[in-house]
Amino acid sequence: MNSPGLQIRRSSAQMWGGGSGQRKMPVVSKYIDTSTCIGCKACEVACQEWNDLGNVRTVQVGSYQTVPTLHADLWNLIKFNEQTLPDGGFAWLMRKDQCMHCADPGCLKACPAPGAIVQYENGIVDVNPEACIGCKMCETGCPFDVPRYAARTDKMAKCTLCVDRVDVGLEPACVKACPTGCLHFGTKDDMLALADSRVEQLRANGFAQASVYNPKGVGGTSVVTVLSHGDHPEWYGLPKDPHVPTGVRFWKNVLRPVGVIAFAAAFFAMVGHYLTFGPKKPKEGGEKSRGEGPV
Amino acid sequence: MTNGWIDIKNADVVLIMGGNSAEAHPCGFKWAIEAKKTRNAKLIHVDPRYTRTSAVSDLYAPLRAGTDIAFLYGMIKYALDKKRFHEDYVKAHTNASFIVGEKYNFKEGLFSGFDEAKKEYDKTQWAYEPDPKTNTYQVDPTLQHPRCVFQLLKKHVERYTPETVEKICGTPKEQFLKVAEIVTSTGNAERAGTIMYALGWTQHSTGVQIIRTGAMLQLLLGNIGRPGGGMNALRGHSNIQGATDMAGTFEILPGYLATPRGELKDLTTYLEKATPTTLNKQAWSSMNYWSNYPKFMVSLLKATYGKASTKENDWGYEWLPKTDGNYSWMYICDDMYRGSSTRAGGKEPGPEGFISFGMNPVGIGPNSPKWVAALSKLKWLVMVENVETETAAFWKAPKEYGTSDAAQIPTEVYLLPASSFAEKDGCFTNSARWIQWKWKAIDPPGLAKTDQEIVSRIFLAVRDLYKKEGGALPEQVTNVIWNYTNPVNPDLDEVLKEINGKALADIKDPKDPTKIIKAAGQQLEGFGQLQDDGSTMCGNWLHSGVYPAAGNLAKRRNPVDPTGLGFFHEWAFSWPANRRIMYNRASADAQGHPWDPSRPGIVWNGEKWVGDVPDIKPDSPPGQYGAFIMLPEGVGRLYAPALNDGPFPEHYEAIEAPVDNLLHAKVTSNPVSRKFTTDKDKYGDRKEYPIVCTTYRLTEHFHYWTQHQVNGRLNEVQPGFFFEIPEQLAKERGIKDGERVRVSSARGSIEGPAVVTKRISQMKIDGQPMWQIGLPIHWGYAGAKGHVGPLANMLTPSAMDANTWTPEYKTFLVKLEKAAEKVS
Repeated sequence: MNSPGLQIRRSSAQMWGGGSGQRKMPVVSKYIDTSTCIGCKACEVACQEWNDLGNVRTVQVGSYQTVPTLHADLWNLIKFNEQTLPDGGFAWLMRKDQCMHCADPGCLKACPAPGAIVQYENGIVDVNPEACIGCKMCETGCPFDVPRYAARTDKMAKCTLCVDRVDVGLEPACVKACPTGCLHFGTKDDMLALADSRVEQLRANGFAQASVYNPKGVGGTSVVTVLSHGDHPEWYGLPKDPHVPTGVRFWKNVLRPVGVIAFAAAFFAMVGHYLTFGPKKPKEGGEKSRGEGPV
Repeated sequence: MTNGWIDIKNADVVLIMGGNSAEAHPCGFKWAIEAKKTRNAKLIHVDPRYTRTSAVSDLYAPLRAGTDIAFLYGMIKYALDKKRFHEDYVKAHTNASFIVGEKYNFKEGLFSGFDEAKKEYDKTQWAYEPDPKTNTYQVDPTLQHPRCVFQLLKKHVERYTPETVEKICGTPKEQFLKVAEIVTSTGNAERAGTIMYALGWTQHSTGVQIIRTGAMLQLLLGNIGRPGGGMNALRGHSNIQGATDMAGTFEILPGYLATPRGELKDLTTYLEKATPTTLNKQAWSSMNYWSNYPKFMVSLLKATYGKASTKENDWGYEWLPKTDGNYSWMYICDDMYRGSSTRAGGKEPGPEGFISFGMNPVGIGPNSPKWVAALSKLKWLVMVENVETETAAFWKAPKEYGTSDAAQIPTEVYLLPASSFAEKDGCFTNSARWIQWKWKAIDPPGLAKTDQEIVSRIFLAVRDLYKKEGGALPEQVTNVIWNYTNPVNPDLDEVLKEINGKALADIKDPKDPTKIIKAAGQQLEGFGQLQDDGSTMCGNWLHSGVYPAAGNLAKRRNPVDPTGLGFFHEWAFSWPANRRIMYNRASADAQGHPWDPSRPGIVWNGEKWVGDVPDIKPDSPPGQYGAFIMLPEGVGRLYAPALNDGPFPEHYEAIEAPVDNLLHAKVTSNPVSRKFTTDKDKYGDRKEYPIVCTTYRLTEHFHYWTQHQVNGRLNEVQPGFFFEIPEQLAKERGIKDGERVRVSSARGSIEGPAVVTKRISQMKIDGQPMWQIGLPIHWGYAGAKGHVGPLANMLTPSAMDANTWTPEYKTFLVKLEKAAEKVS
């Protein structure tokens, strides 16, 4: 867990969060203005440095993009796309790809390990390596293809929105490093207001379809993205209408409560059994519990 | 930069041409973004490639590499034809009204005074026509005289119609017109526009003239001297501005004083030639600030030779080295390769040794194979470097560089480990002319020493030898003062003090000789206090003021900005005189009212000029002095009878021309540009090499350093060398993304993966299809394991600009083939 000091609103594989609900925090958000991003990758390097990530071996295969998709050691990737526009024009689009910190996080819903993925009161979605079992279920829950399995640690890895920095009043490392100011950090309300004003300016400057990407299907995201071509988020490598996959939603909303009820029923049945028949006697020698043997 | 990085935020239009500042200057580029966001400024990028700068611009227009003059002239013609220029400014602040002599003319691609044999112009033929009675410049304020600069310019640019621009540059006419309309929208008092350029303009055989055309456009639009305006050169290294200020090239001494030539036997003769006189005697005249040249020169000689420098011995002028020809590094390479030097008419042996201090000539080229061959002929080579560069390891160059067997190379190579910028104190002078102090972050590793210690130890050892053994002119070395507390490793704070200068005797107030303005021994407040009688010393007049009695101003970090225009007068020190916008007198009209009251540069308050540090005398009323104080005319030059290749620019093709010049086929390339004649100086023909090629830098890398990073993040985010190939061309040749291709020029041939892109498209030049490709420069054979690659400069030609001898890296001819896949 990167920030034990923050209250948890929601936690994977648990019905309730860890917070008392007494301390209210505003939801924070990162603002990305793709129309002023110059694809310099300072954010990629800052992210790797701050989070002490390993080196990724890369080769030039015909692009300015560092690697094809996010990587366990590269949580922040500028995606480059050479896009021919319907009017015959051309745009070289660059977008900073990373965890979107959904208000309704599919990864958290899909995660079967209690407390392995948490959502703090301020909206940041984080992986707790102590609890993560490396099962990759979160990959199936994420509509943005973000979480990556790190073989080195046998854990899942993704952007934490630098929760450790945020917790002590700093901006995320990528925001700190951005030379053009296309990245900002603040409360979600402030970031949305900033995004709205930029969109208004873009619309007045010939980008009639400019918009803020803050998709409803995942309850909005704590990464607010300004797109000049807002009608085509797919040009930027973003899904048009992202949703938590139905299977994951079904698991979280239907099967898990059913499971809990079934578990409770089994528990009470067990108690009843004990009361009725008394304790079960252990076998001699017994089995070693997991984790005691040599690694 | 005439203005500065921060000032770009004040622009209404930002034209980036000959540069790619988003990639090459990402931190400074924030101010262009700021202008877009806060002023709704229009950002325009004109470039052979659609780059990361184009990606965030409002308008991108492609042009064929090396045709910038035609494009800019097209805009000048547009501004003149549509009356979209700032007429009041042009009349007040330019030489538009000056009458030029009858000898000037331009025919078939040549200006008058061309000497075919020498490939030189007689510049006296371009002179102004002074009034025979008064011997002053003649002007026609109505701009109607057929030989006034304005009319000559109009005539000269007549040929550059939008159709011609399209034919030469390949820029579709509609796109050119869109650019012209936005750029010329600043041709008035209300709006201001800036031009940002870099090596994409300088590195051509017409480099200086491209920049001049940009400056002429800015003068016509009234954009020089104004906040949000200017001609802003973005320098390629953190301290390249400082290096140039401090005599980074052979033809200048510190502060852009001229290196004396052999025929100027004494100081009087030298000063007579160097100090300009003005014929401008009417009102609105020139301060002709260079008339103070003797003060700068004598103070420099005093700073060099101290007490040994006296009035009787011409302040030691005799001891200064004199040149007898061109000693630019390109010529030094040529001498080394040929083994002889033919300057000054005689035939002398070439250099036997070469000291390369923080420079990697094999890497930075051009024509790397010639450099490798030249270094192979030396007795010794001393390299002062942080890493083993291509030059230090030239004898290990792969075979394709033409390297001989290392055992056959007589050159003894010494590699002296130097320290990087973070491993020493000192200052950087940035593009905005700010002299900014920096503090050492870490100690140099191992045996690495600071630059000043290396220079000092060499100097002291040489001086000892001269003292012991004498020589032809030992005083040249033995008289040099070296009064540092630690002579072996001088503190750079002390050196900066010396550069600023101090009084050697009491300096009296010229208005009241009973008053002493500086007592002997005190630091000077600025170059205004310099004297030509030996009572002051100063290492660089232009930097004077950086270290006054108050202390080292380069260390200032007070972020106060009362005007909100971004002057930040208490942050570091901006030469000259802490001025943030040069020629700022031109930010106001003839009466001293700012053209735009919301963005005043300086304002006349009835007693003095306030705002930025004024360029002219602070208490000189409007109308007394012209804004362009360094020119004898006192006004900006639309016509410059001073450059080597013409008083007006003209469109010439690159030395390796992909087409004949459409305007004058007989004079295709710049007739006075320079190239060499050895067997290594080959220039390609367009039949064999039909593709136009250009070289450039990438955000992720720093020159030839990043390739030496072991496990570095930067090599991760931009892993290796590549060629950028237009999609249609790749399709024609069957080349896919990432596949290996081979690109060859007349000099050499290199291989690497292709980045197939939509960002470069086919050009139609005079109706004929033409391809352009590009390649980044950052790799070579000396990098860390896994990060080596071919040198881009294997391909580039040793052809040069006529004024600065800057090589033509940005336009040359190549051929492209698909290569066999690399067997790993």
